[in-house]
Amino acid sequence: MTPVRIAVVSAGLGEPSSTKLLADRLRDATLQALADCGAHAEAVDVVLRPLAQDIAAHMVTHNATEALSAAIREVIDADAIIAVTPTFNMSYSGLFKSFFDGIEEGQLASIPTALAATGGSARHSMVMDTAMRPMFAYLKAQVVPTGVFAASEDWGADSGLDRRIAREGKELADLMTALPRRREADPFDVEGGAFQSFEQLLGHA
Amino acid sequence: MSSMQFGIFSVSDLTQDPTTGRTPTEHERIRGWIAMAEKAEEVGLDVFAAGEHHNPPFFSSSPTTTLGYIAARTERLILSTATTLITTNDPVKIAEDYAMLQHLSGGRVDLTLGRGNTGPVYPWFGKDIRDGIELAIEHYSLLHKLWREPVVNWTGKHRTPLTGYTSTPAPLDGVPPFVWHGSIRSPQIAEQAAFYGDGFFHNNIFWNKEHTERMVRLYRSRFAHYGHGAPEEAIVGLGGQIFMKSTEREAKERFRPFFDVAPVYGHGPSLEDFEQMTPLTVGTPEQVIEKTLAFRDYAGDYQRQMFLVDHAGLPLEEVLEQIEILGTEVVPVLRREFDSVRQAGVPDAPTHAARVAQAIADGTQGGEQGAPRRADAAPSEQGLRDDFDTGAAIARQAGER
Repeated sequence: MTPVRIAVVSAGLGEPSSTKLLADRLRDATLQALADCGAHAEAVDVVLRPLAQDIAAHMVTHNATEALSAAIREVIDADAIIAVTPTFNMSYSGLFKSFFDGIEEGQLASIPTALAATGGSARHSMVMDTAMRPMFAYLKAQVVPTGVFAASEDWGADSGLDRRIAREGKELADLMTALPRRREADPFDVEGGAFQSFEQLLGHA
Repeated sequence: MSSMQFGIFSVSDLTQDPTTGRTPTEHERIRGWIAMAEKAEEVGLDVFAAGEHHNPPFFSSSPTTTLGYIAARTERLILSTATTLITTNDPVKIAEDYAMLQHLSGGRVDLTLGRGNTGPVYPWFGKDIRDGIELAIEHYSLLHKLWREPVVNWTGKHRTPLTGYTSTPAPLDGVPPFVWHGSIRSPQIAEQAAFYGDGFFHNNIFWNKEHTERMVRLYRSRFAHYGHGAPEEAIVGLGGQIFMKSTEREAKERFRPFFDVAPVYGHGPSLEDFEQMTPLTVGTPEQVIEKTLAFRDYAGDYQRQMFLVDHAGLPLEEVLEQIEILGTEVVPVLRREFDSVRQAGVPDAPTHAARVAQAIADGTQGGEQGAPRRADAAPSEQGLRDDFDTGAAIARQAGER
């Protein structure tokens, strides 16, 4: 069986980026939890910053560059998604949102997903419940209960960040192993369930 | 008739010329279209296709009026659409309008059907954009019937029922206008085109070749699935977008200001990136030829190539110059080169004369739905439909029930 694949989307802007750092940690925790239960898994990093111009062009032309198409494919074909954004103005960053706006309706449906966010202080930590969860609920992704928020101070003192990351990683791994392997629904695959034959189309009419 | 048809299509946008700040009036653009169509015929192009829109900044709300006028001023040009809104137009009116145009133009008409993607247009015409695919399927099934059955009884979800309806005039020579189904993204429409054995037009001008390839491949394989012939016998049309000067530098310098602020793709990728990603070519006629010939690599041998030349506020004189270059320097080479590599058995581009000859050869003049054929009718009166006595046909059907 081919290994399960996790797409790790991070929308950090700095270099180095604490958002990317959090995404890495969550990725490693998930891989560890999967390894602990004997699942063979791999992860691919989808870093949005270098795609910023491609994402903007995609919004205005509907035309994705090769690099952006590849990134979108990694996400919609993944067995699980880890999505991490910095908090801007009490929400996800525009870059993060714009990337997901370029993904078509239904393409994230049923994908096990773990959310995380970074911000200047813990006062922004509601971002996951007020902004991220509603969006992923709309996209019909299966989001795990824990969401890790890392404020600047969490990177210093023992704030329980490791424990929260490990818990969320475990939740994602458990969901991945509990659910059947997802197969991308390709509307161009005439043998697949997403294809609509003309007979079916007429039935609708 | 040649194996491929080449032409120009336009969305009918009123766009400011960014180099002068001047926006043409509707009247200027409408008259400009007529000049473009006349020029297209003069330089040997085959097709002029008019877009249809019902909102500014577009002017082409009434394509058959325009095409009828052009038909009277031309001899040879095929009049087509880009696209005809099969969702928000009444299919009964489409059947009537285009049959009328077919008679007036002497068979020089075909249609490209599309759904339209402007949300508010649907409610303005009493429809809902969420029903787009369903409308396209239902409306076309009715249109298909209206052009083939003398008396139509029909019930559907989106239109008032018809009982004992005869669409007039009947199609010229009993052969309906050829139909292309246009869709950029929906596999359902490629499937619909394949089911009927109609043409499939992929307007690829904003899309990468992988996407176009996928749409065309699905259409071809389903065309074969429904028993219309081999995949390579399916009828495919593609778009293109060009701006030409004698040197690439000159072309890019002149077109860039238009490109940079153009509707749809302006303020987005650079001209160079967009040329990489899409069929757009801004350069010499030779570059246009090279890029267009490469479409065949992923779409297979195809039947119709349309070019967008009057977009983004380009002034009329320059549009006419583009049509001139297209007709005199580009298309003759494309015809020769495409023909030299064309596989055997690939059908020619559809024309009315060829379709009438085919209907006679196939003996399908009697109509697909079993309408009686008149053995004594003159060839020009023979055809798929036989509606010499509507009242009697209605009475007959009523008696059968």
